[in-house]
Amino acid sequence: MVSFESLAQSVIAGREAQVKEQVQEMINAGADPLDVINQGLIAGMNIVGPRFKAGDMFVPEVLMSAKAMSAGIALVKPLMTDKELPSMGTIVLGTVKGDLHDIGKNLVGMLLESGGFRVVNLGIDIAPEAFVLAVKEYKADIVAMSALLTTTMLGMKDTIELIKEEGLNVKCIIGGAPVSKDYADKIGADGFAPDAASAVDLCKQLLSA
Amino acid sequence: MLIVGELINASRKAIGEAISIQDAEAVKKVAIDQYEAGANFIDVNAGIFVGKESEYLQWLVTTVQEVVDAPCCLDSPDPAAIQAALSVHKGTAMINSISMEKARYDALIPVIAGTDLKVIALCMSDEGMPETAEQRLKIADRLINGLVQNNMKIDNIYVDPLVQPVATNKTFGIEFLKAVEAISTEFKGVHTMCGLSNISYGLPNRKFINQAFAVMAIAKGLDGLIINPLDKRIMANLITAEMLSGRDDYCSNYLRAYRSEKFEF
Repeated sequence: MVSFESLAQSVIAGREAQVKEQVQEMINAGADPLDVINQGLIAGMNIVGPRFKAGDMFVPEVLMSAKAMSAGIALVKPLMTDKELPSMGTIVLGTVKGDLHDIGKNLVGMLLESGGFRVVNLGIDIAPEAFVLAVKEYKADIVAMSALLTTTMLGMKDTIELIKEEGLNVKCIIGGAPVSKDYADKIGADGFAPDAASAVDLCKQLLSA
Repeated sequence: MLIVGELINASRKAIGEAISIQDAEAVKKVAIDQYEAGANFIDVNAGIFVGKESEYLQWLVTTVQEVVDAPCCLDSPDPAAIQAALSVHKGTAMINSISMEKARYDALIPVIAGTDLKVIALCMSDEGMPETAEQRLKIADRLINGLVQNNMKIDNIYVDPLVQPVATNKTFGIEFLKAVEAISTEFKGVHTMCGLSNISYGLPNRKFINQAFAVMAIAKGLDGLIINPLDKRIMANLITAEMLSGRDDYCSNYLRAYRSEKFEF
Protein backbone atom coordinates (compact mmCIF):
# COMPACT_ATOMS: atom_id res chain seq x y z
CA MET A 1 0.00 0.00 0.00
CA VAL A 2 1.21 3.53 -0.71
CA SER A 3 2.19 5.49 2.36
CA PHE A 4 0.10 8.23 3.92
CA GLU A 5 3.13 10.44 3.46
CA SER A 6 3.04 9.84 -0.28
CA LEU A 7 -0.69 10.66 -0.37
CA ALA A 8 -0.03 13.88 1.54
CA GLN A 9 2.65 14.77 -1.02
CA SER A 10 0.18 14.22 -3.86
CA VAL A 11 -2.26 16.60 -2.16
CA ILE A 12 0.47 19.21 -1.74
CA ALA A 13 1.39 18.88 -5.42
CA GLY A 14 -2.29 19.20 -6.37
CA ARG A 15 -2.30 15.97 -8.38
CA GLU A 16 -5.96 15.09 -8.38
CA ALA A 17 -5.72 11.90 -10.48
CA GLN A 18 -2.90 10.57 -8.36
CA VAL A 19 -4.72 11.34 -5.12
CA LYS A 20 -7.76 9.42 -6.35
CA GLU A 21 -5.61 6.49 -7.39
CA GLN A 22 -3.77 6.36 -4.07
CA VAL A 23 -6.92 6.70 -1.98
CA GLN A 24 -8.59 3.93 -3.95
CA GLU A 25 -5.56 1.75 -3.45
CA MET A 26 -5.68 2.41 0.29
CA ILE A 27 -9.37 1.59 0.44
CA ASN A 28 -8.79 -1.63 -1.46
CA ALA A 29 -5.99 -2.55 0.95
CA GLY A 30 -8.39 -2.06 3.85
CA ALA A 31 -6.98 1.14 5.34
CA ASP A 32 -9.09 2.93 7.96
CA PRO A 33 -10.95 5.74 6.13
CA LEU A 34 -10.33 8.06 9.05
CA ASP A 35 -6.57 7.53 8.75
CA VAL A 36 -6.74 8.20 5.02
CA ILE A 37 -8.38 11.53 5.77
CA ASN A 38 -6.36 12.60 8.78
CA GLN A 39 -2.94 11.22 8.02
CA GLY A 40 -3.06 11.58 4.26
CA LEU A 41 -5.45 14.19 2.91
CA ILE A 42 -5.68 16.67 5.78
CA ALA A 43 -2.00 16.15 6.61
CA GLY A 44 -1.21 17.36 3.09
CA MET A 45 -3.44 20.41 3.40
CA ASN A 46 -1.85 21.17 6.75
CA ILE A 47 1.39 21.77 4.86
CA VAL A 48 -0.30 23.75 2.07
CA GLY A 49 -1.83 26.33 4.44
CA PRO A 50 1.42 27.50 6.05
CA ARG A 51 3.25 27.46 2.71
CA PHE A 52 0.56 29.66 1.23
CA LYS A 53 0.77 31.99 4.19
CA ALA A 54 4.54 32.19 3.83
CA GLY A 55 4.27 33.10 0.14
CA ASP A 56 5.84 29.83 -1.06
CA MET A 57 2.61 28.65 -2.65
CA PHE A 58 0.07 30.70 -4.58
CA VAL A 59 -3.69 30.80 -4.94
CA PRO A 60 -3.97 28.56 -8.04
CA GLU A 61 -1.78 25.94 -6.38
CA VAL A 62 -3.86 26.04 -3.22
CA LEU A 63 -6.98 25.59 -5.34
CA MET A 64 -5.41 22.56 -7.04
CA SER A 65 -4.49 21.03 -3.69
CA ALA A 66 -7.94 21.66 -2.27
CA LYS A 67 -9.55 20.12 -5.34
CA ALA A 68 -7.29 17.08 -5.12
CA MET A 69 -8.13 16.68 -1.46
CA SER A 70 -11.88 16.94 -2.07
CA ALA A 71 -11.63 14.27 -4.73
CA GLY A 72 -9.97 12.01 -2.17
CA ILE A 73 -12.56 12.78 0.51
CA ALA A 74 -15.35 11.99 -1.97
CA LEU A 75 -13.96 8.46 -2.32
CA VAL A 76 -13.75 7.68 1.41
CA LYS A 77 -16.89 9.51 2.51
CA PRO A 78 -19.32 6.72 1.43
CA LEU A 79 -17.43 4.33 3.69
CA MET A 80 -18.17 6.32 6.81
CA THR A 81 -21.27 7.45 8.67
CA ASP A 82 -21.73 11.20 9.19
CA LYS A 83 -20.79 10.80 12.82
CA GLU A 84 -17.48 9.22 11.95
CA LEU A 85 -16.52 12.08 9.67
CA PRO A 86 -14.03 14.19 11.57
CA SER A 87 -14.98 17.80 12.17
CA MET A 88 -13.07 20.48 13.98
CA GLY A 89 -16.29 22.47 14.31
CA THR A 90 -18.98 24.13 12.22
CA ILE A 91 -18.43 27.48 10.59
CA VAL A 92 -21.10 29.61 8.99
CA LEU A 93 -19.47 31.75 6.31
CA GLY A 94 -20.79 34.61 4.23
CA THR A 95 -20.20 38.02 2.64
CA VAL A 96 -22.24 40.66 4.42
CA LYS A 97 -25.30 42.50 3.18
CA GLY A 98 -24.89 44.74 0.15
CA ASP A 99 -21.54 43.18 -0.74
CA LEU A 100 -21.21 40.84 -3.72
CA HIS A 101 -17.55 39.83 -3.36
CA ASP A 102 -17.34 36.08 -3.57
CA ILE A 103 -13.78 35.04 -4.36
CA GLY A 104 -11.84 35.73 -1.18
CA LYS A 105 -14.61 34.35 0.96
CA ASN A 106 -14.72 31.13 -1.07
CA LEU A 107 -10.99 30.73 -0.70
CA VAL A 108 -11.38 31.02 3.06
CA GLY A 109 -14.17 28.43 2.92
CA MET A 110 -12.07 26.04 0.91
CA LEU A 111 -9.12 26.28 3.28
CA LEU A 112 -11.34 25.88 6.33
CA GLU A 113 -12.89 22.76 4.83
CA SER A 114 -9.46 21.46 3.99
CA GLY A 115 -8.43 22.14 7.56
CA GLY A 116 -11.14 19.81 8.82
CA PHE A 117 -13.99 22.21 9.57
CA ARG A 118 -17.55 21.77 8.42
CA VAL A 119 -18.28 24.92 6.42
CA VAL A 120 -21.73 26.27 5.63
CA ASN A 121 -21.13 28.82 2.89
CA LEU A 122 -24.17 31.10 2.78
CA GLY A 123 -22.90 33.07 -0.22
CA ILE A 124 -22.91 36.83 -0.80
CA ASP A 125 -25.17 39.72 0.27
CA ILE A 126 -26.13 38.03 3.55
CA ALA A 127 -28.30 40.01 5.98
CA PRO A 128 -27.70 39.80 9.75
CA GLU A 129 -30.98 37.90 10.15
CA ALA A 130 -29.81 35.26 7.68
CA PHE A 131 -26.54 34.76 9.58
CA VAL A 132 -28.51 34.34 12.81
CA LEU A 133 -30.88 31.79 11.24
CA ALA A 134 -27.97 29.78 9.89
CA VAL A 135 -26.15 29.80 13.24
CA LYS A 136 -29.26 28.33 14.85
CA GLU A 137 -29.98 25.84 12.10
CA TYR A 138 -26.46 24.44 11.80
CA LYS A 139 -25.48 24.90 15.45
CA ALA A 140 -22.44 26.82 14.32
CA ASP A 141 -19.38 27.33 16.48
CA ILE A 142 -18.08 30.26 14.46
CA VAL A 143 -19.57 32.89 12.17
CA ALA A 144 -17.04 34.13 9.60
CA MET A 145 -17.93 37.34 7.77
CA SER A 146 -16.33 38.91 4.74
CA ALA A 147 -16.62 42.47 3.38
CA LEU A 148 -14.60 44.11 0.63
CA LEU A 149 -16.10 47.58 0.77
CA THR A 150 -15.84 50.33 3.35
CA THR A 151 -19.56 50.86 2.88
CA THR A 152 -20.57 47.27 3.58
CA MET A 153 -18.22 46.44 6.43
CA LEU A 154 -20.75 48.10 8.73
CA GLY A 155 -22.89 45.01 8.10
CA MET A 156 -20.45 43.07 10.26
CA LYS A 157 -21.23 45.30 13.21
CA ASP A 158 -24.97 44.88 12.62
CA THR A 159 -24.62 41.12 12.47
CA ILE A 160 -22.55 40.89 15.64
CA GLU A 161 -25.04 43.10 17.44
CA LEU A 162 -27.94 40.92 16.37
CA ILE A 163 -26.09 37.76 17.40
CA LYS A 164 -25.48 39.25 20.84
CA GLU A 165 -29.08 40.39 21.11
CA GLU A 166 -30.20 36.86 20.36
CA GLY A 167 -27.81 35.59 23.02
CA LEU A 168 -26.22 33.06 20.67
CA ASN A 169 -23.13 31.28 21.90
CA VAL A 170 -20.99 31.60 18.78
CA LYS A 171 -17.65 33.21 17.98
CA CYS A 172 -17.60 35.93 15.32
CA ILE A 173 -14.62 36.53 13.06
CA ILE A 174 -14.13 38.95 10.18
CA GLY A 175 -11.89 39.51 7.18
CA GLY A 176 -11.62 41.42 3.89
CA ALA A 177 -9.54 44.19 2.37
CA PRO A 178 -10.89 47.21 4.33
CA VAL A 179 -11.14 45.33 7.63
CA SER A 180 -8.51 45.53 10.36
CA LYS A 181 -7.74 44.21 13.82
CA ASP A 182 -8.78 47.61 15.18
CA TYR A 183 -12.13 47.39 13.47
CA ALA A 184 -12.65 43.86 14.77
CA ASP A 185 -11.98 45.03 18.33
CA LYS A 186 -14.21 48.04 17.87
CA ILE A 187 -17.25 46.05 16.80
CA GLY A 188 -16.73 43.30 19.36
CA ALA A 189 -15.60 40.53 17.00
CA ASP A 190 -13.71 37.60 18.51
CA GLY A 191 -11.06 37.70 15.82
CA PHE A 192 -9.72 39.09 12.57
CA ALA A 193 -7.80 37.24 9.86
CA PRO A 194 -5.66 39.13 7.34
CA ASP A 195 -5.69 36.22 4.86
CA ALA A 196 -7.31 32.87 4.19
CA ALA A 197 -4.60 30.74 5.81
CA SER A 198 -4.70 32.87 8.96
CA ALA A 199 -8.45 32.33 9.10
CA VAL A 200 -7.84 28.60 9.55
CA ASP A 201 -5.34 29.21 12.36
CA LEU A 202 -7.71 31.68 13.97
CA CYS A 203 -10.61 29.21 13.96
CA LYS A 204 -8.46 26.44 15.40
CA GLN A 205 -7.25 28.77 18.10
CA LEU A 206 -10.74 30.03 18.98
CA LEU A 207 -12.18 26.52 19.27
CA SER A 208 -9.33 25.12 21.31
CA ALA A 209 -9.56 27.92 23.84
CA MET B 1 -5.81 56.98 -23.33
CA LEU B 2 -7.32 58.47 -20.24
CA ILE B 3 -5.22 57.99 -17.12
CA VAL B 4 -6.73 58.29 -13.66
CA GLY B 5 -4.07 58.51 -10.94
CA GLU B 6 -5.17 56.16 -8.16
CA LEU B 7 -2.85 57.10 -5.31
CA ILE B 8 -5.00 59.51 -3.28
CA ASN B 9 -6.99 56.73 -1.70
CA ALA B 10 -7.69 56.68 2.02
CA SER B 11 -7.26 52.93 2.22
CA ARG B 12 -3.56 53.51 1.51
CA LYS B 13 -1.98 54.03 4.89
CA ALA B 14 0.00 57.23 4.18
CA ILE B 15 -3.01 58.92 2.58
CA GLY B 16 -5.40 57.79 5.30
CA GLU B 17 -3.12 59.36 7.88
CA ALA B 18 -2.66 62.54 5.86
CA ILE B 19 -6.42 62.93 5.61
CA SER B 20 -7.06 62.29 9.28
CA ILE B 21 -4.55 64.94 10.36
CA GLN B 22 -5.52 67.21 7.44
CA ASP B 23 -1.97 67.29 6.12
CA ALA B 24 -2.63 69.23 2.92
CA GLU B 25 1.02 69.31 1.85
CA ALA B 26 1.27 65.51 1.74
CA VAL B 27 -1.86 65.27 -0.41
CA LYS B 28 -0.69 68.07 -2.69
CA LYS B 29 2.62 66.39 -3.32
CA VAL B 30 0.97 63.14 -4.43
CA ALA B 31 -1.37 65.14 -6.65
CA ILE B 32 1.47 67.05 -8.32
CA ASP B 33 3.58 63.91 -8.80
CA GLN B 34 0.72 62.08 -10.50
CA TYR B 35 -0.20 65.05 -12.66
CA GLU B 36 3.38 65.50 -13.82
CA ALA B 37 3.64 61.79 -14.56
CA GLY B 38 0.72 62.06 -16.96
CA ALA B 39 -2.50 61.58 -15.00
CA ASN B 40 -5.49 63.25 -16.67
CA PHE B 41 -7.72 62.83 -13.63
CA ILE B 42 -6.76 62.60 -9.97
CA ASP B 43 -8.81 60.00 -8.10
CA VAL B 44 -9.86 61.04 -4.60
CA ASN B 45 -11.20 58.56 -2.06
CA ALA B 46 -12.05 59.05 1.61
CA GLY B 47 -14.05 55.85 1.95
CA ILE B 48 -12.62 54.62 5.24
CA PHE B 49 -13.93 57.62 7.14
CA VAL B 50 -17.46 56.59 7.94
CA GLY B 51 -19.57 59.64 8.79
CA LYS B 52 -16.88 62.07 7.64
CA GLU B 53 -16.52 60.96 4.04
CA SER B 54 -18.37 63.97 2.58
CA GLU B 55 -16.32 66.50 4.48
CA TYR B 56 -13.02 64.78 3.68
CA LEU B 57 -13.80 64.17 0.03
CA GLN B 58 -14.59 67.85 -0.35
CA TRP B 59 -11.33 68.74 1.39
CA LEU B 60 -9.39 66.42 -0.93
CA VAL B 61 -10.87 68.04 -4.04
CA THR B 62 -10.08 71.54 -2.83
CA THR B 63 -6.59 70.55 -1.75
CA VAL B 64 -5.75 68.74 -4.99
CA GLN B 65 -7.12 71.47 -7.23
CA GLU B 66 -5.14 74.15 -5.41
CA VAL B 67 -2.00 72.75 -6.99
CA VAL B 68 -2.96 70.91 -10.16
CA ASP B 69 -5.02 72.06 -13.08
CA ALA B 70 -6.75 68.72 -13.51
CA PRO B 71 -10.23 67.40 -12.75
CA CYS B 72 -10.82 64.82 -10.05
CA CYS B 73 -12.31 61.37 -10.20
CA LEU B 74 -14.69 61.25 -7.25
CA ASP B 75 -14.40 57.79 -5.80
CA SER B 76 -17.43 57.04 -3.63
CA PRO B 77 -20.70 55.14 -3.78
CA ASP B 78 -22.33 57.77 -1.56
CA PRO B 79 -24.32 60.43 -3.47
CA ALA B 80 -24.04 62.87 -0.56
CA ALA B 81 -20.24 62.66 -0.59
CA ILE B 82 -20.18 63.09 -4.35
CA GLN B 83 -22.43 66.13 -4.19
CA ALA B 84 -20.34 67.69 -1.47
CA ALA B 85 -17.23 67.16 -3.59
CA LEU B 86 -18.92 68.45 -6.75
CA SER B 87 -19.92 71.67 -5.01
CA VAL B 88 -16.26 72.72 -4.78
CA HIS B 89 -14.92 70.96 -7.88
CA LYS B 90 -13.51 72.99 -10.78
CA GLY B 91 -13.89 71.66 -14.32
CA THR B 92 -15.65 68.44 -15.32
CA ALA B 93 -15.35 65.70 -12.74
CA MET B 94 -15.55 61.96 -13.24
CA ILE B 95 -17.76 59.84 -10.98
CA ASN B 96 -16.33 56.53 -9.76
CA SER B 97 -18.71 54.74 -10.01
CA ILE B 98 -22.24 53.77 -10.86
CA SER B 99 -23.27 50.13 -11.28
CA MET B 100 -26.42 48.13 -11.95
CA GLU B 101 -26.78 47.35 -8.24
CA LYS B 102 -30.19 48.86 -7.67
CA ALA B 103 -29.46 50.87 -4.52
CA ARG B 104 -26.30 52.36 -6.01
CA TYR B 105 -27.91 53.05 -9.38
CA ASP B 106 -30.99 54.72 -7.95
CA ALA B 107 -28.88 56.87 -5.61
CA LEU B 108 -26.46 58.12 -8.25
CA ILE B 109 -28.71 58.67 -11.27
CA PRO B 110 -30.30 61.83 -9.83
CA VAL B 111 -26.83 63.29 -9.21
CA ILE B 112 -25.53 62.75 -12.73
CA ALA B 113 -28.64 62.83 -14.96
CA GLY B 114 -28.45 65.54 -17.60
CA THR B 115 -24.99 66.69 -16.53
CA ASP B 116 -21.76 66.79 -18.49
CA LEU B 117 -20.00 64.70 -15.84
CA LYS B 118 -17.97 61.70 -16.88
CA VAL B 119 -19.00 58.46 -15.23
CA ILE B 120 -17.45 55.05 -14.70
CA ALA B 121 -20.12 52.40 -15.20
CA LEU B 122 -19.09 49.25 -13.37
CA CYS B 123 -20.43 45.96 -14.71
CA MET B 124 -21.94 44.67 -11.52
CA SER B 125 -25.57 43.96 -10.68
CA ASP B 126 -27.59 42.63 -7.79
CA GLU B 127 -27.19 39.17 -9.29
CA GLY B 128 -23.50 39.28 -8.38
CA MET B 129 -20.29 39.70 -10.29
CA PRO B 130 -20.21 38.76 -13.95
CA GLU B 131 -17.74 36.05 -14.94
CA THR B 132 -18.21 35.74 -18.69
CA ALA B 133 -18.03 38.31 -21.46
CA GLU B 134 -21.69 37.68 -22.17
CA GLN B 135 -22.74 38.45 -18.59
CA ARG B 136 -20.67 41.63 -18.66
CA LEU B 137 -22.21 42.71 -21.94
CA LYS B 138 -25.74 42.29 -20.61
CA ILE B 139 -25.00 44.55 -17.64
CA ALA B 140 -23.14 47.06 -19.82
CA ASP B 141 -26.15 47.21 -22.15
CA ARG B 142 -28.52 48.01 -19.29
CA LEU B 143 -26.12 50.57 -17.81
CA ILE B 144 -25.43 52.37 -21.08
CA ASN B 145 -29.13 52.51 -21.95
CA GLY B 146 -30.02 53.74 -18.50
CA LEU B 147 -27.40 56.48 -18.63
CA VAL B 148 -28.34 57.61 -22.13
CA GLN B 149 -32.02 57.71 -21.17
CA ASN B 150 -30.98 59.97 -18.33
CA ASN B 151 -29.35 62.36 -20.79
CA MET B 152 -25.77 61.38 -20.31
CA LYS B 153 -23.55 61.75 -23.36
CA ILE B 154 -22.17 58.54 -24.86
CA ASP B 155 -18.71 60.08 -24.88
CA ASN B 156 -18.88 60.57 -21.11
CA ILE B 157 -19.55 56.91 -20.33
CA TYR B 158 -16.59 54.73 -19.28
CA VAL B 159 -17.66 51.14 -18.86
CA ASP B 160 -15.55 49.11 -16.43
CA PRO B 161 -16.15 45.45 -17.37
CA LEU B 162 -14.88 44.37 -13.92
CA VAL B 163 -11.53 42.66 -13.58
CA GLN B 164 -11.48 39.38 -11.63
CA PRO B 165 -8.39 37.45 -10.48
CA VAL B 166 -7.04 34.98 -13.01
CA ALA B 167 -5.54 33.00 -10.11
CA THR B 168 -9.00 31.77 -9.19
CA ASN B 169 -10.22 30.91 -12.69
CA LYS B 170 -8.11 30.68 -15.80
CA THR B 171 -10.86 32.22 -17.98
CA PHE B 172 -11.11 35.47 -15.99
CA GLY B 173 -8.46 37.26 -18.06
CA ILE B 174 -9.77 36.29 -21.47
CA GLU B 175 -13.43 36.88 -20.62
CA PHE B 176 -12.62 40.41 -19.55
CA LEU B 177 -10.66 41.03 -22.75
CA LYS B 178 -13.52 39.69 -24.87
CA ALA B 179 -15.89 42.01 -23.03
CA VAL B 180 -13.70 45.04 -23.77
CA GLU B 181 -13.69 44.15 -27.45
CA ALA B 182 -17.43 43.53 -27.59
CA ILE B 183 -18.32 46.74 -25.74
CA SER B 184 -15.96 48.76 -27.96
CA THR B 185 -17.54 47.36 -31.14
CA GLU B 186 -21.19 47.10 -30.12
CA PHE B 187 -21.49 50.44 -28.37
CA LYS B 188 -19.67 52.86 -30.63
CA GLY B 189 -18.38 55.90 -28.80
CA VAL B 190 -18.61 54.38 -25.33
CA HIS B 191 -15.25 54.13 -23.57
CA THR B 192 -13.92 51.24 -21.54
CA MET B 193 -11.64 51.50 -18.55
CA CYS B 194 -10.55 49.54 -15.50
CA GLY B 195 -8.12 49.20 -12.64
CA LEU B 196 -5.49 46.50 -12.85
CA SER B 197 -4.64 45.13 -9.44
CA ASN B 198 -7.49 42.58 -9.29
CA ILE B 199 -6.16 40.59 -12.22
CA SER B 200 -2.97 39.60 -10.40
CA TYR B 201 -4.43 38.83 -6.96
CA GLY B 202 -2.98 35.64 -5.50
CA LEU B 203 0.06 35.50 -7.79
CA PRO B 204 3.68 36.61 -7.54
CA ASN B 205 5.20 39.34 -9.76
CA ARG B 206 1.96 41.25 -9.78
CA LYS B 207 3.27 44.33 -11.57
CA PHE B 208 4.43 42.20 -14.46
CA ILE B 209 0.99 40.61 -14.83
CA ASN B 210 -0.72 44.00 -14.56
CA GLN B 211 1.41 45.41 -17.35
CA ALA B 212 0.86 42.53 -19.73
CA PHE B 213 -2.86 42.61 -19.05
CA ALA B 214 -3.07 46.35 -19.67
CA VAL B 215 -1.30 45.95 -22.99
CA MET B 216 -3.65 43.13 -24.05
CA ALA B 217 -6.71 45.15 -23.03
CA ILE B 218 -5.52 48.21 -24.92
CA ALA B 219 -5.17 46.03 -28.02
CA LYS B 220 -8.86 45.11 -27.60
CA GLY B 221 -9.89 48.76 -27.37
CA LEU B 222 -9.51 49.75 -23.72
CA ASP B 223 -8.93 53.50 -23.57
CA GLY B 224 -8.89 54.34 -19.89
CA LEU B 225 -6.98 53.07 -16.85
CA ILE B 226 -6.99 53.72 -13.13
CA ILE B 227 -3.36 53.20 -12.19
CA ASN B 228 -0.33 54.47 -10.36
CA PRO B 229 1.13 56.85 -12.96
CA LEU B 230 4.39 57.07 -11.02
CA ASP B 231 5.15 53.55 -12.21
CA LYS B 232 7.29 54.41 -15.24
CA ARG B 233 7.17 50.93 -16.72
CA ILE B 234 3.41 50.72 -16.86
CA MET B 235 3.22 54.20 -18.37
CA ALA B 236 5.80 53.27 -21.01
CA ASN B 237 3.85 50.11 -21.79
CA LEU B 238 0.60 52.04 -22.24
CA ILE B 239 2.13 54.53 -24.62
CA THR B 240 3.66 51.76 -26.68
CA ALA B 241 0.50 49.63 -26.69
CA GLU B 242 -1.60 52.56 -27.88
CA MET B 243 0.80 53.14 -30.75
CA LEU B 244 0.75 49.46 -31.69
CA SER B 245 -3.06 49.45 -31.58
CA GLY B 246 -3.20 52.15 -34.25
CA ARG B 247 -4.21 55.00 -31.99
CA ASP B 248 -1.11 57.18 -32.19
CA ASP B 249 -0.94 59.30 -35.35
CA TYR B 250 2.57 59.34 -36.78
CA CYS B 251 3.69 57.69 -33.52
CA SER B 252 3.87 61.19 -32.11
CA ASN B 253 2.92 60.32 -28.52
CA TYR B 254 5.46 57.57 -28.50
CA LEU B 255 8.18 59.86 -29.78
CA ARG B 256 7.26 62.64 -27.39
CA ALA B 257 7.49 60.14 -24.54
CA TYR B 258 10.87 58.99 -25.81
CA ARG B 259 12.19 62.55 -25.90
CA SER B 260 10.91 63.29 -22.43
CA GLU B 261 12.78 60.25 -21.12
CA LYS B 262 9.71 58.14 -20.33
CA PHE B 263 11.58 55.05 -21.46
CA GLU B 264 14.50 55.49 -19.10
CA PHE B 265 13.90 53.41 -16.02
